[in-house]
Amino acid sequence: MKLELGHNKDFWAGVMFILVGAVAIMVSRNYPFGSTLRMGPGYFPVLLSSLMIGLGLIVMLKGLRQSEKIQGNWPIRALILLPFSIALFGSLMEITGFIPALIALIFMSAASGKSFKVNEVLFLTVVMVAISWAIFIWGLGLHYPLFNRFW
Amino acid sequence: MELLSNLFYGFTVALSLQNLYYCFLGCFVGTLIGVLPGVGPLATLSLLMPITFTISPVSGLIMLAGIYYGAMYGGSTTSILVNLPGETSAVVTCIDGYQMARQGRAGPALAIAAIASFFAGCVSTMVIAVFGPLIAKLALKFTSPEYFSLMLMGLVSAAVLAEGNMIKSLAMVLMGLLLGCVGTDLNSGWHRFTFDFMELADGFHFAVIAVGIFAVTEIIENIGNPEQKEVFTSSVSHLYPTKRDMKQSILPIVRGTLLGGFFGTLPGTGASISAFSSYMLEKKLAKDPSRFGRGAIEGVAGPEASNNAAAQCAYIPTLTLGIPGSANMALMLGAIIVHGISPGPTIMTKQPDLFWGLIVSMWIGNLVLLILNLPLVGLWVRVLKIPYRYLFPAIMVFSGIGIYSLSNAPFELYLVAIFSVVGFIWRKLGCPPAPMMLGLVLGPMLEENLRRSLLVSRGDPMIFMERPISLAFIIITVLILIVMSLPTIKKRRKGITR
Repeated sequence: MKLELGHNKDFWAGVMFILVGAVAIMVSRNYPFGSTLRMGPGYFPVLLSSLMIGLGLIVMLKGLRQSEKIQGNWPIRALILLPFSIALFGSLMEITGFIPALIALIFMSAASGKSFKVNEVLFLTVVMVAISWAIFIWGLGLHYPLFNRFW
Repeated sequence: MELLSNLFYGFTVALSLQNLYYCFLGCFVGTLIGVLPGVGPLATLSLLMPITFTISPVSGLIMLAGIYYGAMYGGSTTSILVNLPGETSAVVTCIDGYQMARQGRAGPALAIAAIASFFAGCVSTMVIAVFGPLIAKLALKFTSPEYFSLMLMGLVSAAVLAEGNMIKSLAMVLMGLLLGCVGTDLNSGWHRFTFDFMELADGFHFAVIAVGIFAVTEIIENIGNPEQKEVFTSSVSHLYPTKRDMKQSILPIVRGTLLGGFFGTLPGTGASISAFSSYMLEKKLAKDPSRFGRGAIEGVAGPEASNNAAAQCAYIPTLTLGIPGSANMALMLGAIIVHGISPGPTIMTKQPDLFWGLIVSMWIGNLVLLILNLPLVGLWVRVLKIPYRYLFPAIMVFSGIGIYSLSNAPFELYLVAIFSVVGFIWRKLGCPPAPMMLGLVLGPMLEENLRRSLLVSRGDPMIFMERPISLAFIIITVLILIVMSLPTIKKRRKGITR
């Protein structure tokens, strides 16, 4: 079965392994390689990357002969919003404190779903803030300021 | 007699009020999160693990073990009621468990699963108590070449026996090993692959990658492909299995436990293979095999006993050799190391309270699950009914706070964000993340033992062949590779995983 290259699962998996391996080898060239007797910091990574490029080639070539199609949807919205929400949460923990960071995280991650209803999310936010406070701040004694003073 | 006194010592540790509390708490939270559809044991463990870092090592590991069993147990509940397996070992439970639920026998299915798991748990606890010290004694003779070959065997067999494409799994092990190289090289002090981020000097925290690729990626995937689920809740009214059910289940439970104990102890195999082989065995032994797939109670009892026994016996290589057999155990090993304990044969002499306390707490954990789950089935069912749009922001909150608490800085959350996208791409390309996790945790130890071996042998790689134990591991590794790449076996594997 011939597949369009763009949807060829194994082909792209192989390409991914080859690329990662190649980049790792390039970076490792800055580290002393050493010898088999006394390995430098570059030895092991180069060994691993070379093996990975080899396996990547096999996967890629096999993919060209016969492969499955890449399946499922690409939920672009979730793919952008969810990682961003968790990164933002990290930054806000430092800048604004626990509660505003939580509110931002819940609203933004909820927005990545298919149905976003404001009152539902508000309700969820109240519940989750209460639960998180109870578990982490009160229960486990983590010292995070609920609100920072300067914002 | 030594065994008895050791177990008694374990009881004094595990039955302290504090440890009992954490055991109970772990089982409860583990089941609570594990029961959620679309949150498998791996995600549950990664999510809840950071919490255990804040308490003392013994209590922390006891709680973590509770979370692990709870998550496994919660997973079976979801399999039976919603037909959504959290991980491959639960796929088998879905087959007949879900059919039983559709016939209005969800109650007995859940009860048998709990009883089977409890029986398997009791036996496995004894197996660990007896064989753990024996293996540790044997392992005291191991030096770096043996460890290297053993790790190689564990990594290769875990990759090869995992579901999906074998070469991709092997490449993912290498990916994990490479990710494990990130950070300061212990021998030379060079910073490898840190790209001048001081935060990376200690390497990736394994919890960061686990939460990224198991928790967040999972959510992205679930939002992309919402599952149509039908929860059989009305039928959980009568819980207790009939006498006939019990009679039919006893032997499958015993056989499943034996299979699971065997596979669980071997590095690289584990819960999924045990569950599959138990199902196959029961089907073969049954007088009327056509009942299987239509709600045969043996098809729930055997595999459930089997995967629970395997999940628990997997602790043997993890604790006594420091070599995890599955991604779950890799997380556990990572957690043990974070707690400042070095697993290996000396753990029993250096940390007897940890070893024996943990073992006894496993048994207590199984008891807690049995007591907790049968009466609380109603609660789990209600949890199952919570719509996903409420669940995933909550999971994000737990992931976020848990990871932030690792170092109280935002950097690791940025990494989670990156790895959630990377994990999604891996998933789309059919690259299994579990072998990667094993590689990541074992990477630094593998490199260290490789270096030491070659230093001893003056650079001669034949050292791995000249030492008999090491040679045996290498031969097994090669055999596994050869056998699993035979075309007939490849086909059969595909048939099973479908």
